[in-house]
Amino acid sequence: MIPVQVIDFAYVIAAVLFIIGLKMLSSAQTARRGNLLSAIGMLIAIIATLLLADMDYRWILVGLIIGGIIGGLIARLVKMTQMPEMVGLFNGCGGLASLVVGWAEYHTRFSDVLSNGSAETFSAFTSIAIILAVIIGGVTFTGSLIAWGKLAEKLPGKPILFAGQQIVNILILVAILAFAITFVIMPGSTYWALILVVVLSMILGVMSVIPIGGADMPVVISLLNSYSGLAASAAGFAIDNILLIVAGALVGASGIILTNIMCRSMNRSLANVLFSGFGAAQASGGGSYSGEARTVSPDDTYLMLEAANSVIFVPGYGMAVAQAQHAVRELGDLLEENGTEVKYVVHPVAGRMPGHMNVLLAEANVPYEQLVEPQDVNPVMETVDVALVIGANDVVNPAARSDESSPIYGMPIIDVDRARTVIILKRSMRPGFAGIDNPLFFMQNTRMLLGDAKDSVGNIVGEFKS
Amino acid sequence: MESTGLILFVFVLAIFLGLELISKVPSQLHTPLMSGSNAISGITIVGALIAAGHGNETMTVVLGTIAVIFATINVVGGYLVTDRMLGMFKRKGGGEK
Repeated sequence: MIPVQVIDFAYVIAAVLFIIGLKMLSSAQTARRGNLLSAIGMLIAIIATLLLADMDYRWILVGLIIGGIIGGLIARLVKMTQMPEMVGLFNGCGGLASLVVGWAEYHTRFSDVLSNGSAETFSAFTSIAIILAVIIGGVTFTGSLIAWGKLAEKLPGKPILFAGQQIVNILILVAILAFAITFVIMPGSTYWALILVVVLSMILGVMSVIPIGGADMPVVISLLNSYSGLAASAAGFAIDNILLIVAGALVGASGIILTNIMCRSMNRSLANVLFSGFGAAQASGGGSYSGEARTVSPDDTYLMLEAANSVIFVPGYGMAVAQAQHAVRELGDLLEENGTEVKYVVHPVAGRMPGHMNVLLAEANVPYEQLVEPQDVNPVMETVDVALVIGANDVVNPAARSDESSPIYGMPIIDVDRARTVIILKRSMRPGFAGIDNPLFFMQNTRMLLGDAKDSVGNIVGEFKS
Repeated sequence: MESTGLILFVFVLAIFLGLELISKVPSQLHTPLMSGSNAISGITIVGALIAAGHGNETMTVVLGTIAVIFATINVVGGYLVTDRMLGMFKRKGGGEK
């Protein structure tokens, strides 16, 4: 038999590998090895757990095989454009697992109570941990499923709002609290309260994500990521396992940081993202702009690009929808061969998850030296000959700088309006996701290239080659 | 059981450690960081394994097995997808980083 100390020691090694792995994930050179180290840590933790005394492996094997096949297949088959919803889905799985771990721990202790007739097996601490694992895990699970649905466009991306929504949410929250407190006070006889909390937490997860619009999904996904870590921590408190507590806390903290970065990039508070139903209605304010938008043909765009010394691409969610990243990279390469300086400027909240555009451009083999952040380009924007905006809208909206009544006022943007020429690739003249008008479309130096982004870029590439 | 105070202490320290570890992340790594840390949250698999392997009640084993399935999806899927993503991040000239 393996002494418990050995298993504890293995858990310490696993925790250290997670820490080093996370550290390495935050630098481009080491990220892939960091992920590998963290995976090794996980493997060590799993093997150590399997070596615990008196383990029955039958059902474990079943679970590992089923889960391994599903997870492996999804990871292999998923397209890079589907990455945001995949992260959401995996996250939900983690949340559900933590919920069920909390529940299973309760069930074990509850059975003890039945057979021994005493409620001594429950400390208040354990009961609180169990109920927290259930609540956070439940919210993470269904919240992630809704986020997945929105990102995969199986649900409408617009915020779903109805009268009295906040009140309903508050009532659900109060009910959860009431049942949770009942449960903690007399855990030995309140199995029903646990089940109610399971159900209500799942409802709360749904209710809290449906009013959030697709453009705010980067924040939601980061926040749910944080929750899944905290759920694991709570499960760790419930089963008295320090590795769960530590690893969960690390993930919880990293999720908080990402959430913070996303909120800052939109100049909005977390509360505003979660509760405002941003972009639900046109009533959100902001001036309406009109004027004559000048359109441009792919041929003329080619001529402008061909003569340019410096070109930036500003990709947005529209590029992901049109799957235009490969065409864009091809155009970028042709421009470079032509002696033009090419940069891709990625706004932190462009797309539907943190870093979404970077993943797509990396998939299209854009070298990461060419990917820059807004603050690197904004100071020298006047020297840019052509800014090609591909399916981005709010992140280049100058109303964020000038129009105090605009809902996005104060959000740091990419100042493409100060470039010599701006070419906007857009499907139609509709406003962007947030339903906010964009004065950029009507500026002197702006040209609109209407149509499918992939086709438009393809046409320009065709001109270059002919 | 460990002392309650001690494990709360460890929890708080781990939160601060996490905040310190990744306070500065270049935006191009946001997605891999998120999916990589998401895979770590699959650590709950340890609890799932214990429930599935140690339960003396049918219900505990059933719950444990469900938890093992979902935690494994989270772990396996999370790490593989992160690796796939990071494999695409290349420097100019094709050298992998």
